Amino acid sequence: MTPAWFMGGLILGPLVAAALAFTFPKRGRGMACAAAGVVGIAVTALIRAVLGGGVSSHRVSGWGAPLGIDLRADGLAVLLLALTALIAVAVTGYAAPYLRATDSPEARHRERYFWPLLLFLWTALNALFLTRDLFNLYVALELLGFAAVALVALEGKGDALRAALRYLFVSLSASLFYLLGVALVYGQCATVDLALVAGRAQPGPALTVALALMTGGLIAKAALFPLHFWLPPAHANAPAPVSALLSALVVKGAFYLLLRLWFEALPVFHTPAAARLFGMLGAAAILWGSINALTQSRLKLLIAYSTVAQLGYLFLMFSLMTGRDGGFGAWCGALLLLGARACAKTAMFLAAGNILRAAGHDRINDLAGIAQVLPVSAFALGLAGVSLVGLPPSGGFAGKWLLLSAGLREGQWWGGAVILVGSLLAAAYIMRVMTRAFTPAAPGTAVRPVPPIMEWTALALALVAVGMGLAGSWLAELLRVGGPWP
Amino acid sequence: MFAIGFYSLVVQTHLLRRIMALNVMGSGVFLAFLALALKAAAPMPDPVPHAMVLTGIVVAVCATGLALALADRVQALEAKEETPAPETPPPGATGSEPEDVG
Repeated sequence: MTPAWFMGGLILGPLVAAALAFTFPKRGRGMACAAAGVVGIAVTALIRAVLGGGVSSHRVSGWGAPLGIDLRADGLAVLLLALTALIAVAVTGYAAPYLRATDSPEARHRERYFWPLLLFLWTALNALFLTRDLFNLYVALELLGFAAVALVALEGKGDALRAALRYLFVSLSASLFYLLGVALVYGQCATVDLALVAGRAQPGPALTVALALMTGGLIAKAALFPLHFWLPPAHANAPAPVSALLSALVVKGAFYLLLRLWFEALPVFHTPAAARLFGMLGAAAILWGSINALTQSRLKLLIAYSTVAQLGYLFLMFSLMTGRDGGFGAWCGALLLLGARACAKTAMFLAAGNILRAAGHDRINDLAGIAQVLPVSAFALGLAGVSLVGLPPSGGFAGKWLLLSAGLREGQWWGGAVILVGSLLAAAYIMRVMTRAFTPAAPGTAVRPVPPIMEWTALALALVAVGMGLAGSWLAELLRVGGPWP
Repeated sequence: MFAIGFYSLVVQTHLLRRIMALNVMGSGVFLAFLALALKAAAPMPDPVPHAMVLTGIVVAVCATGLALALADRVQALEAKEETPAPETPPPGATGSEPEDVG
């Protein structure tokens, strides 16, 4: 078994399972478990291959790079594949009892379509992380967008449908901007392979326009401020496992593509001016998202705005990557933050789903007593909050620490200040929820029971988010493989 | 065409018109691909962009289908309720979301 087999398995495993789950609706959950098994084995083997033997790549059906499609697994890709697998497995465990909550026709309808869509989403993400070709990345991005839109619409209510439609419009027009950029890149370089583009790119007006178009489209997909407006309604109206997937993984897919574009395909354009623009947008996103999160009255909207803020940290990295010396620290910091965030966000949305289920609402002001009936969920929410705020030893702390020290080395004090203010605001909105949750309940509040597995998956992910800080050096070693450093 | 389509997508409020605007945008992109295929100074046009356009058309057809299905459901729901009254309280004053999508 060569790494090529594992890469093929990562894409084909969930894809075949999705088709089967669609054909045999009663077996949906089993298919998801089978896909999880295949992907789990493949990811583990790929991590070992990458750590042991460096970057592994594969030419699909023997065609070479200019015409054919190359798959390539480096440290960054493998890390994100592993993260995706972790979160998808957790969501699979959570969604089974969540979807069976009631036995109505709507619930059965939801369950019938949830599993194939989840598996398609997983396929699209794996393909996105492995592929080396700008046009193929477009196809993966569209597949991801369609699966995400359909998952948002799964709830079937008016608000969810409207949010899904708005999401679809944003997603499609963003993809078309990206595609127009790809056309211009092809016109200039006569190839869409990432490595070949990097070799042939000459700075000029056509490529500048192309990069601007692609970046604009991807920023809208990654929901970076000021193009984040579609995210809170879409995430807050979706069912809990779907919100978790969207917030943890789907927006990160577009961010990953931006990393590939700016640091691998067209690094010549990564000038201080462009870096500063990204940094400022990131800083604005942190402040705007945190302040909005603070003023929300519903828990799911609070978490969604917090996602907007957290995405800002990732874009701060672009402004900290200018110096050759501080680059690797900022890179590791942002990706560690990405991983910790993804786990913490999933944990929060799952815990919020439990609260919504138990109490029948997610109004923050009426959450009193929730910690008494759902101690595990409340604990998960708190632990995920610890990682978001960035208290040691959580992954959030390690990531922010690396970003901060990179910022100080580069002499960018304002970046450090924004990180600190953002953390304070995060602490404020987390505390706002926690104080309500730990207030004793008024007697006579009725709550519905929640299956224990739904509570424990949320807690497990929160623990991973906190524990990621301890695995920081191992992750840095993994990230060094095939990254833009000697 | 790309610009016209994007303008309509932002300006129009009717769902069907917005979906058509997206299609106009897509056609603009495909034509750009074809023009770039001819630009290469060779006796034959470059076939690779044509393959990309074909793939792009397939994606665009799927996208239009999904959008039409969603728009149909939204309109059916709105016709039934007349007013889109959500059962949960509105999500607070955020000021960042453009109102009135449907």
